[in-house]
Formats: sequence, C-alpha cells, structure tokens
Amino acid sequence: MALLDVQNLQTHFRTPEGVNRAVDGVSFHVDEGETLAIVGESGCGKSVTSMSLMRLIPEPPGKIAGSIRFQGKDLLQLSEPEMRAIRGNDISMIFQEPMTSLNPVLTVGRQIGETLRMHQGLDKQAALARAVEMLTLVGIPEPARRVREYPHQLSGGMRQRVMIAMALACNPKLLIADEPTTALDVTIQAQILQLMLDLKRRVGAAIVLITHDLGVVAEIAERVMVMYAGRKVEEAPVAELFRSPRHPYTQGLLGALPRLGSSLTGAARRLAEIPGQVPSLKQRIEGCVFAGRCPLATDLCREFAPGLEEKGPRHIAACHYAPKEAAAA
Amino acid sequence: MSVPLLQVNDLKKHFPVRGGLFSRKSNWVYAVDGVSFEVQRGETLSLVGESGCGKSTVGRAILRLFDITAGQVVLDGQRIDDLSPGGLRSMRRRVQVVFQDPFSSLNPRMRVRDILAEPIRNFGLAKSSAELQARVAALMDTVRLPRDALNRRPHEFSGGQRQRIGIARALAAEPELIVCDEAVSALDVSVKAQIVNLLQDLQQEFGLALLFISHDLAVVEHMTHRVAVMYLGKIVEMAPRQQIFTAPKHPYTKALLSAVPVPEPGADRNAIILKGDVPSPINPPSGCRFHTRCPFVFDRCRTEEPELRSTGGGEWVACHLKAVPEVPGPLGDPR
Repeated sequence: MALLDVQNLQTHFRTPEGVNRAVDGVSFHVDEGETLAIVGESGCGKSVTSMSLMRLIPEPPGKIAGSIRFQGKDLLQLSEPEMRAIRGNDISMIFQEPMTSLNPVLTVGRQIGETLRMHQGLDKQAALARAVEMLTLVGIPEPARRVREYPHQLSGGMRQRVMIAMALACNPKLLIADEPTTALDVTIQAQILQLMLDLKRRVGAAIVLITHDLGVVAEIAERVMVMYAGRKVEEAPVAELFRSPRHPYTQGLLGALPRLGSSLTGAARRLAEIPGQVPSLKQRIEGCVFAGRCPLATDLCREFAPGLEEKGPRHIAACHYAPKEAAAA
Repeated sequence: MSVPLLQVNDLKKHFPVRGGLFSRKSNWVYAVDGVSFEVQRGETLSLVGESGCGKSTVGRAILRLFDITAGQVVLDGQRIDDLSPGGLRSMRRRVQVVFQDPFSSLNPRMRVRDILAEPIRNFGLAKSSAELQARVAALMDTVRLPRDALNRRPHEFSGGQRQRIGIARALAAEPELIVCDEAVSALDVSVKAQIVNLLQDLQQEFGLALLFISHDLAVVEHMTHRVAVMYLGKIVEMAPRQQIFTAPKHPYTKALLSAVPVPEPGADRNAIILKGDVPSPINPPSGCRFHTRCPFVFDRCRTEEPELRSTGGGEWVACHLKAVPEVPGPLGDPR
C-alpha cells in the first residue's frame, strides 16, 4: 500500500470573478521512502496541492474535495484536532522562505522544541537537548550556542537548515518540501540539496518536492509529476522523463531550459519557446488545458480533454497525440 | 583601436551603516570595492555572483542612481560619474535599464502608451505627435506585443508581457547600452526563453551593448559574450564565455559552476560544495576575500590580496595560485 494516495484532488477558490480551479482533479501516490517531485510553472497548482495535503487551505474561500489517504486514513475526513496531531509529526513541511516561516521572536531551540513537546510530550530540558541534536544533524556549527539564537541572527542557508531540523524533529514519514532551495544562492543550494539527500538516506522519510527548477528535480527526485494549469499532464520515473518526455508541454519545458555546457557543445544559440501564456483558471477549460499553446493541437484537443494514458513503463501522459513508445529511444 | 562604449575604472561604492544612538555612522558596507571592466559596442558582458557580491550595485552606479565613492565611469570616452544633472540627461538617454521585477518597475496608473511615450518625449526624439504615436506603435511590434494593448495598464498583463513593456520602455530612448538587472530571473522557464530570445534578437537588430546582471549561470552561458564573476565586491575572474564555462580558473568560479544543478538525472557530477556562508561585506576577510571558503587556501591568501592579472586570451584571474588544480567541470570530464 502506498504511504500517500491522492485521488481526484480538487482545490477550488471562490473569488469575486468566479471559481478559481487551482487544482482540478489530480491523482497521485507516494510510496514509503520515495521522492516524488511535482514540477510546473507559477500558477500550475503545485503549491496549492502541497498545502491541500496538509489541509492548510483556508476554507472558505477555498474548498478541497477528493480524497487524500495517508497510511489508509483519509485526511479530508479528520477533525481539526486529529489533523493537528499529524501535522509536524507524521507529515511535516519545509517552506520556501525561511525568514517568514520562522517566528522572529522565539529562539531557534524553542521553535524546534515546540513540536517535540507537543507531539512527543518531552519536557523543556529534553526538548532543548533534542533540538541541539537536530541542529547537529543538519550541520549547524556550534549547535549549543545557535539553539539560543533568534532567526535574524542566522544566514539564509542556516535558517533553511533550522527549518529542516524542525521538520525532521519528530521523525516524519512524509516530508513536503515546497521550493526548499529557491530563495538560496547556488552554493548554498548545493549544500542544502546535499543535506536533504544525506538525511533522506539516514531518516528514510518519503519526500514530496515541489519545485519549478528542473535541475533540482534531476538531482534528487526518483519520480516526477508535471502539472499544468491545475492538472497533471505527465508522470514518469525521473530518468525516463528527462530522456523521453511525451507530453508536448514537458517537451517544451525541457527545450526552453538554458543549460550549462551550451558553449561547449556549440548548441544552437536560440532557446525553444512555448508561445503564449498559461490560461486563466477562472473559466472552466473544456478540452486539453495545453491546447492553446500546443503545436500538435487539433479540434479534438480543444473539445475533449485527454485522459492520462500509459505511454511506457510507469510513464503516463495526458495527450491525444503523444506516442505510446518512444520513437527512437 | 576604438574607444570602448563603457569603461569602469576601479569603481568603489561604500554604503554607511547607521546604528546606535542618533543614527550615527557606525560602519561601512564595502558593496563594491575596486572593480574595473570595459564593455564594447554590441557586446554582452555578464556580471555574475551570489547575493551581496555587489553586481547590482555596479549596475546602479553606472546608471548614476547614486554617487560613487571612488573610481571612474566612462561612457564613450566621457566621464559620467562626475557629470552635473544637466549633463546627465544625454547620458541617461544612451544608457537604459531593465529591472528584475516587472510588477514594481512599471507605474500602475499609466497606460502602456504613456509609459512608452514618456522617454521619447523627455528626450525630444519625436518631432510631432503623429511621429510619437508611430514610434510607440513600432516599439510594440519590436517587442512582439499587440498594438491594441497600448491602452491597457500594467496590471492587465502577465509577468512576461510586463517584462516586454519594460524592454520597450528601455528601447524607446534609443540607447546604446542597456543594463539588465536580473531581467529574466523572476520569469517562468517558458517565458524566460521568450525574453532571452527577444533580448538576443534586439541586440542583433540594434547593435545594443548589454550589461547583463544575473545569478542564473545557464542563462548567462546561453547569451553572453564575456563574463565577470564577482565575489564580495570584487571581480575574481573575467573571461570570454567559452573560457569561463569550459575552463574556469578561479576556485570560486569552479565552485559556483559546479553547484548549479544539471537537468540530467544521474549525470556524473563532482560538485564542489563550499563550506559556510558568504562573509559580511561590512567586515570582509583580509587578504583574498574568498580565503575563508576556498578549498585551496594557503598562507599567502590570508594576508595578501591577489591582483586581477591577465593570463592571456582576454582572461583575468585574481588568485595567488599559479595553476589552479584541475577539477572536472559541471558535466563531469571535459568531453
């Protein structure tokens, strides 16, 4: 049984201009100890998906429908106190901006200790001792001193390490990381990615990684799900997805990516463009969400939304025209 | 040899830090501390580095958005760092800017038509209102926006379209140099490709020089001619595109390049993971500023600051090491 099994997740928001279908019928699963990356551009619904998993969507104006089964239990049926016992304990989350997601008036130790005291009933002393242990684990120098410091005294990279320490404090089974390295410089990003890979081996938690950076995906994901305009358009193991993307959107995304080494290969000096913009989610989209920008689109695409079809081993894509087997793999 | 379009000589910009009682000046941030480079006509020079390295400050100093602490900025043979406000006007026409955030750099209360007409009017580039309107319409074509969008306001456009408006506004003044301060950093991949291609086309078409300030090394490699790598207010390495990306010399450049995640799963990478954080520019390390994080540090680095020296072929490196140890590049062994 999968650790997390999401079926037909729909997260809609009521707005003055109409219903915004931020996530519109997305299904996926995460196995124990697995790293699933959810990629897509701004507005594709990847962050709303992660917030929905934690039930952090304010209702109203939001509304979550479908089912989110975690270890067989449907999280959407739980009461708020039951949900609170899961957040930060079995499922924890790392956010993008460590400056705004840490409390500026509490010491780092107190914030890490809070989850431990709440979920594991440790007393103040024990929680602080464990916080020092966690800071050591995430590679913060002088943990005994840092544990008494406030977030503003730490650098961006160190704050993100504190966030990770806090998320891992209760040995979660599932870690949701929403753009964990986007706000960091590349040399610091490299440190944090290495730390995440290292900790994953040691702690063994499953990870749902939300990101727009395909480089980060290639680095740490095992399986990738591509979202576009609130829907899932493709899913495949990471090597397979990069080697033979089937959906025209994924192909476009990979073609539009400037790559290091372009001066070495003397590759074409022009990037592939995906013409046009992401459609507004405030109107119901009949047909394929990508039809307006797709080079292959026909009337069929504009009228009927393609379902997710198997296009290869463990490889699914939602496209009427994507080839079943790679033409020349 | 023709005069370079832009020359920057030993540019310094120190910002005061105010603190304590009565906001006394207590310290200085050495944001840019002795930077020199040239930009030729029609050339793209990229300034790269991590946050706080001073790359944006260099851009702003060239635009004269503030007075510099020391050094010279020379545009086409004429010093512009000490120009009077009147003298600045003509320089402002020749050097334009595109900012990172297309949401905060366009006036939300102006229609696109007025945003584009303003620089043309300011610099007296159109003789009649008919010519003004024609120019504004032509600018929309240049940046590939529909002409019927001229009466809309910035909030009605997406991020990529707004960046096109920002570029059109910069072009309106018919500049020779455009400073692009993280101009594509806030954009999504597919839109970023559109804007990068547009900038390359415009450079070809108008012979523009670009000072491209960015932290995104893959984009830089894709579109630049030369690169200057900055660290804590100094240039540590400057070289033509291919040298920087295939055979970086400075240990920091190597680490920076190797840290970029490569979109190839299972790629054989030997990332050099630097330890620690960038030191504060308020109290930069003695000697070589990179010595606190450099994997190849030795005694001389701690006390003596390395000069930016030429190693031939247009390459400049500030490092005491004669030959920097070979480390495989970001894509594993050189193919």
